[in-house]
Amino acid sequence: MAASQIMFILFSAMIVIFSILTVTSRKILRAAVFLLFVLVSTSGLYFLLNYQFLAAVQLTLYAGGIVVLIIFSILLTSHISQNFESSGWKKNIFSALAALAGAILSIVTILDYKFSATTEAAKEVNMKLIGKSLLSVDYDGYVLPFEVISVLLLAAMVAAIVVAKKGAPKTIGLPKLNQE
Amino acid sequence: MINFSYTIWIPLLPLLMFLLLGLAGHKLKPKLSGLLGTCGLGIITVLSYITAFKYFFTSEKVDGAYQKITALNFTWLQFTDKLHIDMGVLLDPISVMMLVVITTVSFMVHIYSLGYMKGEKGFERFFSFLSLFSFSMLGLVLATNIFQMYIFWELVGVSSFLLIGFYYQKPSAVRASKKAFIVTRFADLGFLIGILILSFNTKTFDFITLTNPTGTAIAQGGGIAFLGLSIMTWSMIFVFMGGVGKSAMFPFHIWLPDAMEGPTPVSALIHAATMVVAGVYLVARMFPIYAISAPVALHVVAYVGAFSSLFAAVIACTQTDIKRVLAYSTISQIGYMMLALGVAGYGGHEGLGYMASMFHLFTHAMFKALLFLGAGAIIHAVHSNYMTEMGSLRKYLPVTHITFLIACLTIAGIPPLSGFFSKDEILAAAFHSNKLLFAVEYAVAGLTAFYMFRLYFSIFWGKDTQYHHTPHEAPATMTIPLIILAIGSVVTGFIPFNKLVTSDGKILESEIEMMVAIPSVLIGLLGIGIAYIMYKKESAIPDKLAVTFKYSYKWAYNKFYMDELYLFVTKKIIFRYISEPVAWFDRHVVDATMNAIASVTQGVSFRIRGYQSGQLQKYAFVFITGAIMLAILFIYLWK
Amino acid sequence: MNSGIPLQYFLILATVMFFAGVYGFLTRRNLITILMSVELILNSVNINFLAFNRYLFPHKLEGMFFSLFIIAVAASEAAVAIAIIINIYRRFTTINVEDVNEMKF
Repeated sequence: MAASQIMFILFSAMIVIFSILTVTSRKILRAAVFLLFVLVSTSGLYFLLNYQFLAAVQLTLYAGGIVVLIIFSILLTSHISQNFESSGWKKNIFSALAALAGAILSIVTILDYKFSATTEAAKEVNMKLIGKSLLSVDYDGYVLPFEVISVLLLAAMVAAIVVAKKGAPKTIGLPKLNQE
Repeated sequence: MINFSYTIWIPLLPLLMFLLLGLAGHKLKPKLSGLLGTCGLGIITVLSYITAFKYFFTSEKVDGAYQKITALNFTWLQFTDKLHIDMGVLLDPISVMMLVVITTVSFMVHIYSLGYMKGEKGFERFFSFLSLFSFSMLGLVLATNIFQMYIFWELVGVSSFLLIGFYYQKPSAVRASKKAFIVTRFADLGFLIGILILSFNTKTFDFITLTNPTGTAIAQGGGIAFLGLSIMTWSMIFVFMGGVGKSAMFPFHIWLPDAMEGPTPVSALIHAATMVVAGVYLVARMFPIYAISAPVALHVVAYVGAFSSLFAAVIACTQTDIKRVLAYSTISQIGYMMLALGVAGYGGHEGLGYMASMFHLFTHAMFKALLFLGAGAIIHAVHSNYMTEMGSLRKYLPVTHITFLIACLTIAGIPPLSGFFSKDEILAAAFHSNKLLFAVEYAVAGLTAFYMFRLYFSIFWGKDTQYHHTPHEAPATMTIPLIILAIGSVVTGFIPFNKLVTSDGKILESEIEMMVAIPSVLIGLLGIGIAYIMYKKESAIPDKLAVTFKYSYKWAYNKFYMDELYLFVTKKIIFRYISEPVAWFDRHVVDATMNAIASVTQGVSFRIRGYQSGQLQKYAFVFITGAIMLAILFIYLWK
Repeated sequence: MNSGIPLQYFLILATVMFFAGVYGFLTRRNLITILMSVELILNSVNINFLAFNRYLFPHKLEGMFFSLFIIAVAASEAAVAIAIIINIYRRFTTINVEDVNEMKF
């Protein structure tokens, strides 16, 4: 067995186990930590697929940013020790059935399909190529989505700040009617 | 060809007055609204006289017969290319004659009402309704086709309803107006059925086409038979049913005495001179069809008329309300007119009855309006309707006295007043056709003289009553119409009707037949004499007679219990066995169905609204499940 | 490079992760755990894109860039979602998803 296969088995086992644990754990903080493990294993998978840049981004953003954010908000909105989180059995059963049905459908479809690989040569993905593509205005340049994403990030920042701010909503520009 | 298109203004001007006074009357001063209404009518009276003069004396005659002139005719409603309802103005001898009658009497009533209704609340409303009535009646007589006549027939009924119920706060007046409308409406059902049968078989509504004696409409008469009578006879009998209702013939006469609840000018205009003769006018208008293809229907007309006149005359002998006496007298006189039409034939000497009927209509309008307006003056002076509370009024009301006397003499048929001439022609026509009916009418003539003079003597002579406050003569606005109508009653006897209004439009040679005239005058004088004996001075004879003929008196006094019979039939039979089950069905089946639909809808919506539960995860579950099912559908099942 | 690991294995792995996320979305009561399930879903999609890019289109970069943008979007979405959750907590004092149901009949 090649080393990549062993790594693959390891990573995928971690992903499967920890994702199931995330969605079934009773204690919220544990669920957050399990999510962290899933994200790190996913990053490992990316390394396996030879996308180093993306793996680094995944680690930085997801594991370092979002999970921290989630833990902060958990601490803000509930007690760590408060853990009783169980739904009725009806909801569980139906959701499990739906998820199972979807999973079986997808897996059967995947196994049925004949994937045909292309015969062209592989491109080496290095930082130089990524940087050039991000700023290139050619046919395969990604400058437009790049700019759009920056605007999106700005908008999200503003939205998050405004929505989470304390204080009553302002009445914008309504004149007082009893001042004649 | 003379241009008669200005005649459209004759009905239109009162319509405009109705709208003006009805919508803006309460803003005007009462006097102004009264004057407006009266002036409107004055103008159209003049126009009618001009039309009559032009038509009778300057229009062209064909074969010596007056022509029916269509002054204007336009299609109002078009259903298919053969079925359409027109509106228009038709001028022929009877319609022009009716124009003169209606406008004259209406004008007199308008002037009279200026005085009689003075100070009443609703003065403007009265004048607007009077104008509405004038419009409807004029539209009726000027109709070019039978459907237009039906429309205006109904309009006249509505105006009558509004005017009888004028004092709408009096329950008796409201009841009377309802009764009038319902009875005439029921009769109009027959009229409508008759119209439909007639026009279905003759394929037209138009009068000129229908009543053309040589045309095809009349020839349809022979055709299909149903229960022994031809289709035309049935349709004419049904059409006559409408006339029976509107003219208060037996058995639809019950509304007319109660209609006296309306103000007296209304009684004069509508229930004496104009509306009640609409039935007679209808038969006269359709006369060629009656005479040529439905002679059986004509017999029905004659017998109904004769019976009604006898019936009403007997009742009138016992009534004490002066307006009721006059109402029954009206029924009786209209019976005369119907009888005269019933015994007539078409053309030449046979048409004597037709001419006599129209002549009597003309003179009756004058003297009956005079009688009612005089009664109004009496009621205005004494503030009571009952003969028993009056007496010796000749000292206080001189003008009313003289005019009332003239009218009573006219109705009794004393020469040389107009009533003698017209009644004599009717008796002559009856004498030559049907001796039984002649005998009935002869007796009724005597009864008429008797009860009219009973009325006259009881009011103006009789006992020396002491009044609370001295009765005063009516003001000039009320006495001038009385005088004018009295002059009319005297003079109109000399109008040569036999040259102007006959069944076929040609001149009818006629003369006074001494064999009929002398006995009729004699029986009139006999009636007057008996009334003189019984009523001129206070005497005990009437009471003694009442006791002797106890049962006849009781039956006649209670109008032969006809009202009670009708009430019994409607309340105990129709309401209980037909109306109540229908009402039950409506409430419990129809309404219940509606309610069931509503409550089922409500129940279903209550169940469905759970889908908007606000539960996020439920929404997501449905979404996922739907997506999976769609995926299965499109990937595996859709080939 | 990826000797012996067939493409389907990656895809099946991503499927399992996806439907675990779906199950968590439909079942969990706390709003933040629901958000975590959504992150699981987004990540599974990322793995799919990269696997396809590597195996089927190695001469192109589109899958990688798309994953990059998905990460960016997911991050901003998580930020705004947290802000909303904090607002809900202030209003309702609970972040139980069954209690936040005022938009109903």
